[in-house]
Amino acid sequence: MKLIAAMSGGVDSAVAAARAVEAGHEVIGVHLALSANPQKYRSGARGCCTIEDSHDARRAADVIGIPFYIWDMAEEFHDGVVEDFLAEYAAGRTPNPCLRCNEKIKFAAVLDRARAMGFDGVVTGHYARTEIGENGKTLHRAVDHSKDQSYVLSVLTVEQIEGAVFPLGDTTKVDIRKEAEARGLAVAQKPDSHDICFVPSGDNAGWLRDRLGSDVGPIVDQSGTKIGEHKGAYTYTIGQRKGLGLTIPTPDGSPRFVLKIEPVTNTVVVGAREDLAVTIMRGERPVWCGPAVDHAHRIGFVQIRAHGAALPCTYYVENGLLVAILDEALLGLATGQAMVIYDGDRVVGSATICETE
Amino acid sequence: MSSIYVDHAATTPMVESALLAMTAQLAQLGNPSSLHTHGRATRKTLEDARETLAKEIGSLPSEVIFTASGTEANNIALKGLYWAGREVGKKIVVISSIEHHAILDPAHWLATHEGAEVIEIPVNSDGVINLDFLKDLVKTRGEEIAVISVMHANNETGAIQPVSEVVAIAGEIAVHTDAVQSFKKVPLSFAQLGVTAMSLSAHKIGGPLGIGALILKRGVEIPSLLHGGGQEREIRSGTLNAPSIVAFATAATSSYYNAGAVVGLRDRFISSVQALIPDAVINALAAARLPGIVNVTFPGTQSDTLLLLMDGQHISCSTGSACSAGVHEASHVLLAMGHSEISAQSSLRFSFGATSTASECDFVVSVLPDVIARGRAANLP
Repeated sequence: MKLIAAMSGGVDSAVAAARAVEAGHEVIGVHLALSANPQKYRSGARGCCTIEDSHDARRAADVIGIPFYIWDMAEEFHDGVVEDFLAEYAAGRTPNPCLRCNEKIKFAAVLDRARAMGFDGVVTGHYARTEIGENGKTLHRAVDHSKDQSYVLSVLTVEQIEGAVFPLGDTTKVDIRKEAEARGLAVAQKPDSHDICFVPSGDNAGWLRDRLGSDVGPIVDQSGTKIGEHKGAYTYTIGQRKGLGLTIPTPDGSPRFVLKIEPVTNTVVVGAREDLAVTIMRGERPVWCGPAVDHAHRIGFVQIRAHGAALPCTYYVENGLLVAILDEALLGLATGQAMVIYDGDRVVGSATICETE
Repeated sequence: MSSIYVDHAATTPMVESALLAMTAQLAQLGNPSSLHTHGRATRKTLEDARETLAKEIGSLPSEVIFTASGTEANNIALKGLYWAGREVGKKIVVISSIEHHAILDPAHWLATHEGAEVIEIPVNSDGVINLDFLKDLVKTRGEEIAVISVMHANNETGAIQPVSEVVAIAGEIAVHTDAVQSFKKVPLSFAQLGVTAMSLSAHKIGGPLGIGALILKRGVEIPSLLHGGGQEREIRSGTLNAPSIVAFATAATSSYYNAGAVVGLRDRFISSVQALIPDAVINALAAARLPGIVNVTFPGTQSDTLLLLMDGQHISCSTGSACSAGVHEASHVLLAMGHSEISAQSSLRFSFGATSTASECDFVVSVLPDVIARGRAANLP
């Protein structure tokens, strides 16, 4: 196949490209420039958006022996990922930008462009697997469950999965680093990136406050009584306990947790731990990574965080919404997060959580 | 299949005689500034080369200051002439809006850090500077101008600039010209042109990388950028790079480049492109141009996509001038000529050189229709 390897400058995408070449594919390396004003050097936990990272990607491509180009996707990234991230927070939800980037950039803008240019697909260093079975190509968890990234890929449609190649899904991260070393790739020991790539300081709350303002608002209990003040509702997350700055104790001295964020009134609602309990979640805009789910109740798992646990559940579709009923109640579930359904290791599909009970 | 190189304006193959002269000199021991036999031997060879180069560019040997690059020559000239002017209260730096970054960036640095006022001369839609603008400027603010820098020919479009007229308008004002693309491509004489300073680079004419020259009129004193041994007129310090200088002079005297033949290829290419891709726009077509450079806008495409597709056909061309971060930006040259951001980002530069052949030209033409069609398909909203 003719493939575009998306190369961030990190170790995973470098080894993925090398493996694709070895598998006999014709591979071209592409680094996505996602920031209009990239910083010169990496700082903190970032790992894809600086000029240094683009040089690392170029060097890896040269060592592997493949052509290398930089594609400027800064505008697409800003519109599709950064703006979405801000809008979601402003609406009181907790978005996952990595998932949005896979959905709108890596497997949309890049894959579409690659296909139009005569390529068959895109190779990335994601830890996930694909299998070809009777239902076509399906998406599965990586062998290394601690690094599994199938959660952030769960927004891919069947057509996008068709064009996706994940060469690292059968290997552990430790072995990938060893392999990079053996291949002479200088990025072998480059630290993992984590946090949000476009928040260079890692200070998510501060970054949001700079952009969304910091309107002080009330913190209320479930009866609506004001018991404190917050510095911008969107910097709080459902289930959050620390950093509320409340001085009025509960009658029994038990801690309070964020239960709800109401952007319209700029209010943060807090309450007791048991009030966080959720047993039913509903998600909008479902995407199926294989055969579509219908109203029939099925047994499987739902995952609500990138590296969270797979929670046993019953799932089905009702009125266009993906519904999951948990076997056991869960504490602290923010709307805006993705609910991803698994059938064993296979990713069934995902939706954006819009309601919980 | 072998690869085809149509990016001679970026760099061009070394002339064999220059390569031989360089390797021979690399084997010779002696710092040209040393006073002993070894030093004198290297100095003799080096000064022979300086005289040769001076003759080729129409200057005095003492007017040749060797530098490590054309960029360095530009920096020494622009900053030095500005600082010299500032001593007597002249704080305006005039450049054209289509200068190479090696003039554009030092000019803007002077504005940010050294109190200069930078004024850019606009160009017409064929990429040639507006002389009336310059006349008015010199008339109204001539007393304040420290230096005027206008390139001899543009590196992206090949459009030749009216530097003689600039010199006439400038009168007593110092004029610098970046002649990196013009040297050995079109007739060029430092003395006849009458400029104060001129920048040259060896690797654009079949010499090695890493050597350039600033031709600076005798008697003009400017401050240095690099301080040290004062080897080159106390303006440029650093041990002279004798092997590269010898190779530079050898390349300058070779008959390697046949301008007539290169013009023939360029025009063959242009007429084929016009026939095959009717909506393609040949930029600066009405201007006097360098023999080898063709800049084409292909509406509805993105140049970085086209470059990738051309590269996939083993053809090396360019999106304009190379950018260090690798992200393609709209060319300031095409923008200055009136292109929109979008059309400026839909352009490729093809540049033919001494080693280019008609069959190479024809092969490039043969793949263009498919590349442009794919490029258009990939240019998604």
